[in-house]
Amino acid sequence: MEIYTLIVLLLAATIRVATPLLLAAMAGLFSERSGIIDLGLEGKMLGAAFAAAAVSATTGSVWLGLAAGILTAVALALVIGYACITHQGNQVVAGMAVTIIVVGLGPTLGLAWFNLGGQTPQLDGVGQRFIGVVWPWAEAAREVPLPGLLYAELLSGQNLLIYFAAAIVPFSAWIFYRTRFGLRLRAVGENPHAVDTAGISVNGLRYQAVIISGVLCGFSGAYLSTAASSGFVRDMTAGKGYLALAALIFGKWKPWPTLGACLLFAFTDALATRLQGVVLPMVGVVPVQFILALPYVLTVILLAGFVGQAVAPKSIGVPYSKEK
Amino acid sequence: MSTPAKLPRWAELGLLPLINLGVALVLAGVIIKILGESPLAAFKLMAMGALGTQEGIGYTLYYATNFIFTGLAVAVAYHAGLFNIGAEGQAYIGGLGTGLVCLYLGTWPFWLVLPLAVLAGAIFGAAWALIPAWLQARRGSHIVITTIMFNFIAAALMTYLLVNVLIKPGQQSPETREFSSNAVMPAAHELLGKIGISVVATPLNLAFGLALLAAAAVWIFIWRTRWGFALRVAGANSAVAVYAGISPSRIILGAMLISGALAGGLGLNELMGSQHRILMDFPSGAGFVGIAVALMGRNHPVGILVAAVLFGALYQGGSQLSFDMPKINRDMVVVIQGLIILLCGAMENVFREPLAKFFSRKNDGNQMQ
Repeated sequence: MEIYTLIVLLLAATIRVATPLLLAAMAGLFSERSGIIDLGLEGKMLGAAFAAAAVSATTGSVWLGLAAGILTAVALALVIGYACITHQGNQVVAGMAVTIIVVGLGPTLGLAWFNLGGQTPQLDGVGQRFIGVVWPWAEAAREVPLPGLLYAELLSGQNLLIYFAAAIVPFSAWIFYRTRFGLRLRAVGENPHAVDTAGISVNGLRYQAVIISGVLCGFSGAYLSTAASSGFVRDMTAGKGYLALAALIFGKWKPWPTLGACLLFAFTDALATRLQGVVLPMVGVVPVQFILALPYVLTVILLAGFVGQAVAPKSIGVPYSKEK
Repeated sequence: MSTPAKLPRWAELGLLPLINLGVALVLAGVIIKILGESPLAAFKLMAMGALGTQEGIGYTLYYATNFIFTGLAVAVAYHAGLFNIGAEGQAYIGGLGTGLVCLYLGTWPFWLVLPLAVLAGAIFGAAWALIPAWLQARRGSHIVITTIMFNFIAAALMTYLLVNVLIKPGQQSPETREFSSNAVMPAAHELLGKIGISVVATPLNLAFGLALLAAAAVWIFIWRTRWGFALRVAGANSAVAVYAGISPSRIILGAMLISGALAGGLGLNELMGSQHRILMDFPSGAGFVGIAVALMGRNHPVGILVAAVLFGALYQGGSQLSFDMPKINRDMVVVIQGLIILLCGAMENVFREPLAKFFSRKNDGNQMQ
């Protein structure tokens, strides 16, 4: 029973860590499948986290905060789009630049507006945060050992954004593989000339893709500052955008495998937190840093083609111009 | 890829970067205005703080030293057609090499410690670049992604080493013990004092001279050696390179090893010159500034020196700014840095196209006369 509780708690932690990762990875999926490298994930998340917390703190409404987060992330995505789609700029540089700007701008605006050293005020008012939705009979179900605890800890009590993230995976898979838009999106990342020849706007499709990426990053950032914690702090994404990118690659640029990668990476994170300072028999103190580095190492190994193959969209990173 | 619009050489190397820089500064000014301060006063404060006093100049050049090393690192890889985002991690691991020499051989005479420290920094930095380079050359793994991953792996490794292995016993913060005095880079004010010039004490040290040497060496290497020529050919067009008998995978390995070695120079300035111990996250973003410096300096050593000093001034001026304007903190420097990368790196075509039109119209006019 004890070990079982531990596992359920570990899984619950996994889901909480996986949610922002998954939203960002799905954001990257849309952008990258259309042929635009999404190194701006980190920046868009961070920008959304700041905007969501700032607006929620000022207006008292987490929904307005979420809207502000989405708008901010979309605006940043459009900056990248303008540089890379309209003006065929370097996508890696554009994404990095936006990230660096946001890393500085969040605390700068935070200091000027709230005078709390770059943070936003604590979100402790009613309706300022996304809080867990307790499903019916969850407390009663907790008494029932096996399925009951699962129901109470995993299915019930999560906040709305977590359910949203869970729904976005099948929805994305449906868009990519069952709709005309999805087919075109995949085509424009592989062979934009063919798409252009068919009379469809390459730039139009790519703009739609980066906007979708912005929207999803908005949800991801809002989750960090208004659901997972209560307010924005400096560098609160702490590399999650890049981890999401790694998950996207580990998931071979496909929705369901990306979900798997996010859960795996989140599990290693939850495990590392759990094992912090724990002395295991035979091993001694667990070197937590190595567990935390595992997702990056795994991604490199996958990219090296030693286990399976991750094939990127063919035209990723290549600006499109009609002349050629 | 479309061919970028053609510009006269002076406009390409001088005018366009200046326009991009100007627009970035105007945007920064707008942000400062939004924060409720006067942009002109802020820029004046920054310029005075960075270049107005001996102390300011010393700090500016001290920061610039780091950026010269990382900027050169990014540039060498760039000439081979590779985007090395991993200078941050390579500088971190390279600094470990330098630091280990200083910790364990630091009691040897300085003239022995210095070359060993330089060598160890270069080897450690190059080693950290080797795996992504090898994976790109032999397995086709995208070097941008692998170098990003290696930055995170480097951070995890260094945290582990500092927390569990290298930490000075009986101490809470994850730092090593201090280097012995033989393993400390002579400061600029001491060196200048010896030849009778007295200046204010700043962290500026001999590593600045080493950075200048590195810049000269990179210039000779890229433009005056067969090897550098092969590297530029491979970077410009790998099909041509293969046809000319140049092996692209050897170029990738060579360029990345040199790139990593150059990034490894950061520890000479930051650890041997200033901190005198190994501590957490000492590159503190210099690897990313190196990308900005290389982009602005058009990957040319002279341009990189100019851009590195500019960014050094930005860092030093930024701390002055945060002292004197309470509404602005040091993060503003990061914003300006990001804006410069955006304008100089990602949006350069925005102004290149109209500029090219302007020049071609002017040329047409001349021909008609």
